[in-house]
Amino acid sequence: MGSSSSRLDRVPGAKDLMEETGFSETNILCLYDRFEVLDREERGYLRLEDFEAIQQLAVNPIGDRIIGAFVFPGRETLDFPSFVRVLAHFRPTDTTWSRSGSQPEPANSRTRKLRFAFSLYDQDGDGKISRAELTEMLQAMLGMQVTDEQLQSIVGRAIQEADLDRDGAISFDEFKKMAASGQTGLKSVSSIMYRTKQQQQQQQYICGEGGTEQVHLKHSCQTLMFIFC
Amino acid sequence: MLLMLLLLLTAGTGTGAGTGAGTGTGAPPLRGPALRSSPPVPASPSASPPLLLLPKPRAEYGAPGVASARSAAEEPAGGGGEEAGEQHHHHGGGFRVVQWEWSYVQTPYIIAIWLLVASVAKILFHFSQRFTTVVPESCMLILLGLVLGGIVLIANKKQLYQLEPALFFLFLLPTIVGDAGYFMPARLFFDNLGAILMYAVVGTLWNAFCTGFSLYAAKLVGVIDERVHADLLDFLLFGALVSAVDPVAVLAVFEEVHVNDTLFIIVFGESLVNDAVTVVLYKVYISFVEVGAENVQTVDYFKGVASFLIVSIGGTLVGLVFAVLLGFITRFTKKVRIIEPLFVFLLVYLAYLTAELFSLSAILSMTFCGIGANKYVEANISQKSRTTVKYTMKTLASIAETIIFIFLGISAVDKTKWAWDTGLVSCTLIFIFIFRAMGVIGQTWVLNRFRLVPLDKIDQVVMSYGGLRGAVAFALVVLLDGEQVRAKDYFVATTIVVVFFTVMFQGLTIKPLVKWLKVPRSTSRKPTINEEIHERAFDHILTAVEDIAGLQGYHHWRDKWEQFDKNYLSKLLLRKSVYRKSELWEAYQKINIRDAISVIDQGGNVLTSARLSLPSMTSRASFPEVTNVTNYLRENGSGVCLDLQVIDNVPGAKVEEDMETHHVLAENLYKPRRRYQSAYSRHFMPLGEKERQDREVFQRNMKSRMETFKSTRHKRHKKERSLKKRRGSDSKEDGNEKPRRNVSWQDKDPVVVPVESEEEKGEHSDPEKEKEEDEGITFVARKAETPKIRPKSVPAALEGCHSPPAAPYSPTSEDSHLPWKGGVGSPPPCVSVEATKIIPVDLQQAWNQSISSLESISSPPAPAEPVHPRVSALSRLGGPRPASYTPPGSLAGSTSSVGAQVAQGSFCFPEKKEEEEEEEEEEEEGALQEMRPLMSSLRPPGAMPPPPQPPPGSAPGSGKRRNPCVYLRSFVTAPPPPPPPPPPPPPGDSRSRGPTQL
Repeated sequence: MGSSSSRLDRVPGAKDLMEETGFSETNILCLYDRFEVLDREERGYLRLEDFEAIQQLAVNPIGDRIIGAFVFPGRETLDFPSFVRVLAHFRPTDTTWSRSGSQPEPANSRTRKLRFAFSLYDQDGDGKISRAELTEMLQAMLGMQVTDEQLQSIVGRAIQEADLDRDGAISFDEFKKMAASGQTGLKSVSSIMYRTKQQQQQQQYICGEGGTEQVHLKHSCQTLMFIFC
Repeated sequence: MLLMLLLLLTAGTGTGAGTGAGTGTGAPPLRGPALRSSPPVPASPSASPPLLLLPKPRAEYGAPGVASARSAAEEPAGGGGEEAGEQHHHHGGGFRVVQWEWSYVQTPYIIAIWLLVASVAKILFHFSQRFTTVVPESCMLILLGLVLGGIVLIANKKQLYQLEPALFFLFLLPTIVGDAGYFMPARLFFDNLGAILMYAVVGTLWNAFCTGFSLYAAKLVGVIDERVHADLLDFLLFGALVSAVDPVAVLAVFEEVHVNDTLFIIVFGESLVNDAVTVVLYKVYISFVEVGAENVQTVDYFKGVASFLIVSIGGTLVGLVFAVLLGFITRFTKKVRIIEPLFVFLLVYLAYLTAELFSLSAILSMTFCGIGANKYVEANISQKSRTTVKYTMKTLASIAETIIFIFLGISAVDKTKWAWDTGLVSCTLIFIFIFRAMGVIGQTWVLNRFRLVPLDKIDQVVMSYGGLRGAVAFALVVLLDGEQVRAKDYFVATTIVVVFFTVMFQGLTIKPLVKWLKVPRSTSRKPTINEEIHERAFDHILTAVEDIAGLQGYHHWRDKWEQFDKNYLSKLLLRKSVYRKSELWEAYQKINIRDAISVIDQGGNVLTSARLSLPSMTSRASFPEVTNVTNYLRENGSGVCLDLQVIDNVPGAKVEEDMETHHVLAENLYKPRRRYQSAYSRHFMPLGEKERQDREVFQRNMKSRMETFKSTRHKRHKKERSLKKRRGSDSKEDGNEKPRRNVSWQDKDPVVVPVESEEEKGEHSDPEKEKEEDEGITFVARKAETPKIRPKSVPAALEGCHSPPAAPYSPTSEDSHLPWKGGVGSPPPCVSVEATKIIPVDLQQAWNQSISSLESISSPPAPAEPVHPRVSALSRLGGPRPASYTPPGSLAGSTSSVGAQVAQGSFCFPEKKEEEEEEEEEEEEGALQEMRPLMSSLRPPGAMPPPPQPPPGSAPGSGKRRNPCVYLRSFVTAPPPPPPPPPPPPPGDSRSRGPTQL
């Protein structure tokens, strides 16, 4: 793809990002397109409202937490490199990466993936999922389906199961252990991500410009796969 | 109806078993539905020989085959019977007492015998543990079939039995596929659907074509003998039927190997889904063969492709329609719980038959019906029905599998169907193996480009090696028309060899291979609630991330589906009460039930605190926090009941021993009484004997507890207080005078009158009364200690009793005489004491709560009725004796205190929403009731109104004044009248009589 390398220039710091996150060129381009779509006002960064504008995310029970994981509390905005870095958590785990390496753990390692998930539970960031935090999470996920009493018993049970050092909260190590023991719970899901043609056109419609170029990208996202573990 | 289904199955077996005598000679009157429903004359020409065989069935049966040996054995006996009948004829005339009706019962009889043989064979195989770990059961069954077939053949010179295609496809296969489909792990299946479809469609097509063409090439080259008259179409047909991986064989072998879930679901899913391909290819080729290869037009090929789409998609749709229907029907089975399982069987089976009816893929239909309906059905039907469905399906599938393999073995011994050609056999074996391996490797290569978790080399080896062929191929090849496919006999022989080779050789070696390759095995692991939570959370996370990244991937669509399911499907297919329940909550309950069961299974009676912690976790010394106990309590309230009473007993060895003795004694004595209460209902599950007994024991328990209060009080005022006075103390307003009490009771409830008379009778003889009183004390001597502790736990109960403050108890002389007394110093087996012992101090509050809720058990809505075996043992220890020995005074006392407790209990127990939602509650209770047997079969169901105890909780406001009467009345009327009126025991006798009377 000769043309893609030239288009890669559009993306600021693309080369570094590729190296850092392990995304391929087409992945970066694909994500950049998406970034531009989300960034409706073309400010070059995303704001909280941009995420909230995503329709499907609005119905997602823990959507706001996910957004919170993208847009860090102190900073109101998210630029493209950060966007990619967060998404890098969801790349399939490289089997080639060896633990012995001195370089920092890549974002798609198992631990980092779990850390990301953990941070969604651990909203106050104290490194522990407290009872209240778990309750909150479950409440968000279950909605009105359960009574408070049921919720409390589930939470109590869950904490009791996972809480190995019996401090009444789930630390990351305990979380990891539960996740490791629970094979099916974290069963890797085979998924083939691809954009439908319709969506492509929609995107072009939204973007307005650069549509012709994006047609070439139709399949570029096929290799972009998200997975836990 | 279940029986009917079984009969259907077995009737098929019998006719299929080739006896066919019914049609030939005996002409049994078609009286039973089973006979009528036996399948039509098998379609295949191969079936006709056995049918025509039997002008002289006697000769046929005079042989030591298994079934025929049996019939032969019956023969002389039958002759004798007839003779006897004739003798009778001589003597009495007209009426024959004993008749020989072999022809009438023959078909079901032989079927039953076959089933018995198959089942016994299974038992025998599992005698040797070491043996069965090495040799798969399917191999053994085939070998057994070979032996049996050999015996029959030697004896008969003819093979009577063989696997009939009609029987196989209509009865045996559906049971296995139905089981597989219904219990298919849906999530796993759909997660790997891409791979499964790929292997099933592309792989099977590849195998079929390659095998067919290669065999044709081999024929042209001359490897295959000239005698095999087959052209390209024949070989393609043969390739099609022999290339499909067989679900039965895969299931049989892989279930013993325990490879990891993904691998298993891919191979097994493939074997199920490829049915559509096989069916279509088979039918297309058959039609091509019929019209002749030269007449096949191009359009026919397109028709073939269209046919594939219709057969597969149509089959799936039929299955889904039936799934929806099934879910919808089970939504309304609340009142007819007893036939709930039947709907499941019938509709799943109908899905299969309907697909067959329209010549769609029946296996696909059934599979998808099972997968689709499972979620809704399981949520709708009761716990008991769930268990029934599970066990029945497993039983049917297991026996069908056994029969299939045995009959495969037997069928192989039929010389007349064989035509051996070494070239064809060896070529086929080699080709199917090579092409399977090639196909798997090629497809995996393609799939791995898309799969997140690639299938590695080891997986591919196992998948190639696990491509087992089985009974489907055999049945299909037997179905071939020998007129049109002239090489049929060769094909039959080859198929048999292929099936045997794959099932036996590969089945035997796949286990070592899997071990050698270190294929990741599936580990049986207990589900945890964390897992459930995290799984859901991760699903949401991935969906959200996909949305952010603007991808419409797997999670996106799954999320869409779940939304749809939640908004529409579940609303339509789930009961209202179920619909509102969260799945996570359900999972939580399931986990809790499992834990409870395992606690009890581990001999939960001696439950230390370490064991009380969840078995699924590393055991801990004590409770980490209060909430655990409260959780348990809450479970009590919500139907998932960890048996609290289990905890209460950490008896010393001696005490336990004594209790065992009394347990035995009491049990022996209770039995005759139960007989009176037996009832039969076709529409409702009668209470189990145990349950009924326990209910009775429960009442005694309650009574004895009340007597305990009574007796302590009595003991305190032993000398100076009379019975009247104690009665008076029970109910203040009544005062102390006996007449007044009587009047008031009569005013309240005239039904009590017979009781009154009896009591009065008792009171006329006061010394006798005293005797009984003493005896009562004697019996509850141990319990007499409880009030000392109880005020802590059950202040409410005592309050209600208006009893004087409990005085410190000093063991009386009577107590020390009791053999089961144990050491006086040892703690009595009492709830509160033990509770305080094992529960940390900060849990006291929770425990007190729990115990007070336990005390409130006499109100039926309370789900936790702690009549645990241990408790009943306690009660027997305390004061178990026939109702007749109940001193009226103490009875009255007990009733009033029971009433008080009841009133208290219904107030304190969190069951207040009861009136709000009648229906809901009922539903809940039904569920509770169903769960209860799981928890402990000894728990009296709260939902069924206990006969001797009308729900006092329903009228909590009426207070204790009324309840005693109700309780008393029912107590007197419901149990059968005591055998003798209380005989005045001799004064010295009373103590020694205690134990024996137990």
